[in-house]
Amino acid sequence: MAACIAVIAKENYPLYIRSVPTENELKFHYTVHTSLDVVDEKISAMGKALVDQRELYLGLLYPTEDYKVYGYVTNSKVKFVMVVDSSNTALRDNEIRSMFRKLHNSYTDIMCNPFYNPGDRIHSRAFDTMVNSMMMQVC
Amino acid sequence: MEQGPAGGSGAAAAASTGGLLLSLSETEQQRYSELFSRCCPPPEAAAGGSSVGELFRASQLPPDTLHQITEVCGAKRVGYFGPAQFYIALKLIAAAQSGFPVRIESIKNELPLPRFMALKNDTEVRYGTPAEFHGVKFQVPHATLEKNSYKRTDEGDKQEPKSPPMSPICSPPASPSTYQRIPLSYGYGKARSGLEQQLGAPYEVRHSAHQQDGPSGNYGAKSALTCSTPNRSLSVEREQQDSSTQYSDDPWRITEEQRDYYINQFRSLQPDLNAFISGSVAKNFFTKSKLPIPELSHIWELSDVDCDGALTLPEFCAAFHLVVARKNGYQLPETLPETLLPEYLQAACLKPMRDCALFDSYSEPLPSSQQTRDFTRAEVRRSEEVPDNSALIQDGKKDDKQALKVSTTLKTIPKEFQHLTVKTAAQEPNALRARPRSRSYSSTSIEDAMKKGEEPPTPPPRPQKSHSRASSLDLNKIFQQNTQAVRSGWLPPPPPALPPRPSVSQTEQPSEVELHPQMNRPPSQAEENSSAKKEVVLAQPPSKPTRRKLRTEAQGLETPELSPTINVTSSLPAVKPHLPVQKQSSKQKRAIQTAIRKNKEANAVLARLNSELQQQLKEVHKERIALETQLEQLRPVTVL
Repeated sequence: MAACIAVIAKENYPLYIRSVPTENELKFHYTVHTSLDVVDEKISAMGKALVDQRELYLGLLYPTEDYKVYGYVTNSKVKFVMVVDSSNTALRDNEIRSMFRKLHNSYTDIMCNPFYNPGDRIHSRAFDTMVNSMMMQVC
Repeated sequence: MEQGPAGGSGAAAAASTGGLLLSLSETEQQRYSELFSRCCPPPEAAAGGSSVGELFRASQLPPDTLHQITEVCGAKRVGYFGPAQFYIALKLIAAAQSGFPVRIESIKNELPLPRFMALKNDTEVRYGTPAEFHGVKFQVPHATLEKNSYKRTDEGDKQEPKSPPMSPICSPPASPSTYQRIPLSYGYGKARSGLEQQLGAPYEVRHSAHQQDGPSGNYGAKSALTCSTPNRSLSVEREQQDSSTQYSDDPWRITEEQRDYYINQFRSLQPDLNAFISGSVAKNFFTKSKLPIPELSHIWELSDVDCDGALTLPEFCAAFHLVVARKNGYQLPETLPETLLPEYLQAACLKPMRDCALFDSYSEPLPSSQQTRDFTRAEVRRSEEVPDNSALIQDGKKDDKQALKVSTTLKTIPKEFQHLTVKTAAQEPNALRARPRSRSYSSTSIEDAMKKGEEPPTPPPRPQKSHSRASSLDLNKIFQQNTQAVRSGWLPPPPPALPPRPSVSQTEQPSEVELHPQMNRPPSQAEENSSAKKEVVLAQPPSKPTRRKLRTEAQGLETPELSPTINVTSSLPAVKPHLPVQKQSSKQKRAIQTAIRKNKEANAVLARLNSELQQQLKEVHKERIALETQLEQLRPVTVL
């Protein structure tokens, strides 16, 4: 269960960012922003030759005391960043991967919508529903 | 109380209440089913005891009356509030509130709706939740439109204009009660004026914002009318009636007319019914509906089930239906209702696809349809540009003018779709006239017969405003700022009575507006010269036929233009030979005068038309500007 999920466009501006409401959301925004550097680093580290084979899932970008940040990049350089609470140790890598896969699928569904202009902020209700299901349930 | 068995227990329960026969009116049925759904979440078929109790207490009847009601309705006996018991109980409450004793007999009368105070609001129940109880089918057909005496505050205004479910198809003349329902809810957007005429009733989608039972009610009424007797009862056989004739409260069900309209629209975009409409084409099409983009986006999300960026026919029907519903004020559901699922629609769509093939075969031989087809292809190409709206509006208006003279059939086709419907309007009248109504989803022979019998009766007068375009889109909302006069010009495309006037000719006609005055002026000059009368007379008759004929128009317009000018120059020398031809000239005078009168009348008509068109042009320009500014605002601004 994520604390914050963000979809970043190719130009590194957010298309969609959603946090658990109780926390200071700005903190999450900042975290996501800083994580972009790490994402870029990982992408460039793979080298140009490997671009085709590059795995979309980037794995743990960096851990902090409170949380861990995971990253995922699509072939169109759209980045998904997920901030997960560190105390949630039960969350395995596979689960994170599956969450990213779901995000990616929903994102492609949005892309298929002719009324969506690429580069717009994402307002899709279906996407919201899906993201909500992945967010930490705040009691 | 225990929860009863799910599904078709309604009838069983009904039967078990000692064969109690209950006839409900439209409004009653809607109200009751709403209430039932509030008390009873969809999966179960019986109402939860606590919520029922709450509801009953809200009726403000003394507790012992409520106990009596519970007993009488049979809930005590069966141990739960099934749909039948619930409805009977509601009726008893109504009876009790009206002062009748709590007995079975009292509910056989017509009663006002039961009143419940301070109920929580449940707009979700009203909207969009897919047909909640499939197991329960109640008979409808009741004559009177009861006023909604419901006091739920925020639902009050919504329910008020509620029109009883009606089947645009079935209105047997034998039952005047059902007939009066026809004006209030008519089939959804119909491209086919011919069909409209045959069905013979005007379409009034929106008196109010909502017409929930419009579509569903059609089915309800249909099923009722199949037996063609006014009073129905809760009988098991009713339940087993075709699955397509569901009952009330389902705005998400597509009626046949709607389906036909959608299919026609689909064909206008994509002739092959088995193929897709691409995303961009669909986007342009739905953008014309002038819904805000986020809503259209949501509609797309709902309807494009396989998320492939293209719409198949059932997906398109679902999307269109959602657009239509939204335009009529319904909130969009969060998920696609069952009745709009492609699989569901696919089954139903198979038949119309067959019939659409028939359409083509019928319309082929019509020359007018050929012209219109070409024309509409051009129109579809142009449809991406906004300015052509004005041209299309002109076409539409020309059509309207003629339609005014001929018939009062209505189709509330939205203006945006006008150009698409122009083609079908010209085609279909001829096609459909010839073709018997073989399509029936609920396939009972009686219904077919009734549908055919439906065609002759003339439509009752339009109860309300303006536009007669057969559609479910409510132009009233969009064009509320328009004047009535302007709007009344938005009448249907040429009705069947005028097939020889294809839409093509109408584009020519606005040009006539300018030419006519010119033609009339020179002739009036020449008429003063008796010598020139001969030429004038010759000039006058050619001007009349040009109004009707497409080909000769150019020629006809030219000759009167040329001849009057010639007349003017030759007027002076022609004065002398005037005297010998005086007798002839008097006859000519009379002829000329009648011609002048006719021309003046035509002038007046065309001038009026012209002013209306100008007004509309202005409005369209305004809208265009508004849309452009909107577009500018909506352009994404890249941040960071």
